[in-house]
Amino acid sequence: MKLPPLIGRSLERGLAPLARDRATNLIPRTRMSGPVPWVLAIMIALTVLAAAGGLALNNLADSARTDLSGGVTVQIVEADQEILAEQTRAAEAILRDNAAVQSFRTVPQDELDALLEPWLGAGDAVDSVPMPALIDVQLREAAGAQEIEQLQAALTAISGEASGASSIRVDAQSGWLRPVYSALSALQYLAGVLVVLLALASAAAVWLAARSSFFSHRETIEIVHLLGGQDDQIARLFQSSVAIDAIVGGIIGLLAGMLGVLIIGSRFAGLDSGMVTGGGLGGLDWVMIALIPFGAIIIAVLTARVTVIAALRRMT
Amino acid sequence: MSEAASDIISFDNVGLRYGTQPEVLRDLSFTLHPGSFYFLTGASGAGKTSLLKLLYLAQRPSRGAIRMFGKDMITLPREQLPQMRRRLGTVFQDFRLVDHLSAFDNVALPLRIAGVREDELQSPVTDMLEWVGLSHRIDAVPATMSGGEQQRVAIARAVIGRPDLLVADEPTGNVDPEMALKLLRLFEALNRLGTTVVVATHDVHLLKKVPDSLIMRLDKGRLSDPTGALRYPPRPSSARAAIPANPAGEGA
Repeated sequence: MKLPPLIGRSLERGLAPLARDRATNLIPRTRMSGPVPWVLAIMIALTVLAAAGGLALNNLADSARTDLSGGVTVQIVEADQEILAEQTRAAEAILRDNAAVQSFRTVPQDELDALLEPWLGAGDAVDSVPMPALIDVQLREAAGAQEIEQLQAALTAISGEASGASSIRVDAQSGWLRPVYSALSALQYLAGVLVVLLALASAAAVWLAARSSFFSHRETIEIVHLLGGQDDQIARLFQSSVAIDAIVGGIIGLLAGMLGVLIIGSRFAGLDSGMVTGGGLGGLDWVMIALIPFGAIIIAVLTARVTVIAALRRMT
Repeated sequence: MSEAASDIISFDNVGLRYGTQPEVLRDLSFTLHPGSFYFLTGASGAGKTSLLKLLYLAQRPSRGAIRMFGKDMITLPREQLPQMRRRLGTVFQDFRLVDHLSAFDNVALPLRIAGVREDELQSPVTDMLEWVGLSHRIDAVPATMSGGEQQRVAIARAVIGRPDLLVADEPTGNVDPEMALKLLRLFEALNRLGTTVVVATHDVHLLKKVPDSLIMRLDKGRLSDPTGALRYPPRPSSARAAIPANPAGEGA
């Protein structure tokens, strides 16, 4: 394939350090002899784990919120079957007209019986016990706390008594879920802080690695400088050496981190608990995780470049 | 090489100090005639290496003016210095070979830096190593070479690009007299091709081995001129007297 000359040339230049018999091994490849790629691998693996944890928690919280937040249960406790039926009809009317309500369903008698069967047993005895009516209400997503409060007031007003003594009770599911949410969001913040700290530590490790690599090659860099090497030319040579370290460390770290994430993920999937459904990682999440080593490589190459150029500037 | 004034290397009232130390070089004013062969002598600590650093562009002077190859080295932008350095060949006192490169790769380094293609540098580098008697050591790395071998690699690297100015700091310090003479012949051969040569040495015997050579002597950072070499044009009695004087006449 014939490439346009500009692309062809820069490709050639870019690949030159990889060609065996080219100029080029002016700076020796470290060949994993030093600790640098391993330190990077560990930092990147930890960053990957923390990021995966954070993203999974994020997904878990999101899906829990959409599943549960929009629901309220209306409970009408009235011994008199006639009043009960009347109040249920009134409540249904209010729910039908309320803009915040997406759908509702009055739980049929036989379902209630089935719910109570474990405690009361099947049979006639159940009929003699006054049963409350239950209406399961699904609210619109946009419904805020204010709408829910208004709905609550309208429903409790049906029984015509002060709301405290009302026979109608409205349970917002978000009420008892609030502690779950706050626990989840605390974990989310924790994961976020961990990711930021690990990213900073990784960046620092990369930075130190690039600098130490520079100091060990300082003599070579000076010689190339004195023999007429241009700053940019020298920086490129050095960058490619550092980039190889970072790429090796990045790949090992990413693979180790992802392996860890997959193992933990499969254990959680094994739990088969309602609480952790929706905690998995989506395609976009994996892409974000896979980008972590690229960030490290970019930091490494930039640090290398900045360090070399700054040192060369101090030379005549 | 043409005899244009632009080829002349001239120092005018140059001084050099490192940091806040007293000046190591003082009031240096001289011209180096293109195609001449100079020996730079002087006791240790007289400033030979410092003067060479100015010549091979590792330092800029603290004061004074330097012109090389028609450029004002004081005002020349830093980005243009690499291009100037590629016209120089330098034999460093401590050789400064790249540790992990073979003799071949060390000698090829200046050519590769200058962007010479691989197929074009194979034979010149091999020939040069043969000339300095190292054909059998072509793949050796500096750590496995003797001091003399390293020195010859350093010299081969300095002359491989056929420089306009060759600067050598004690280039025969680590080799036997026979090899010293051979290396001197290499410098002379290069000199005949038009390269200006400056060799720093304290070996007085060496001075007599190059009949046409001119001598610059440094003493405590100041320059004396025993052969009249540093005037432009050089004193008629000197070997280079036959070369016509240049009317531009930047005198010392």
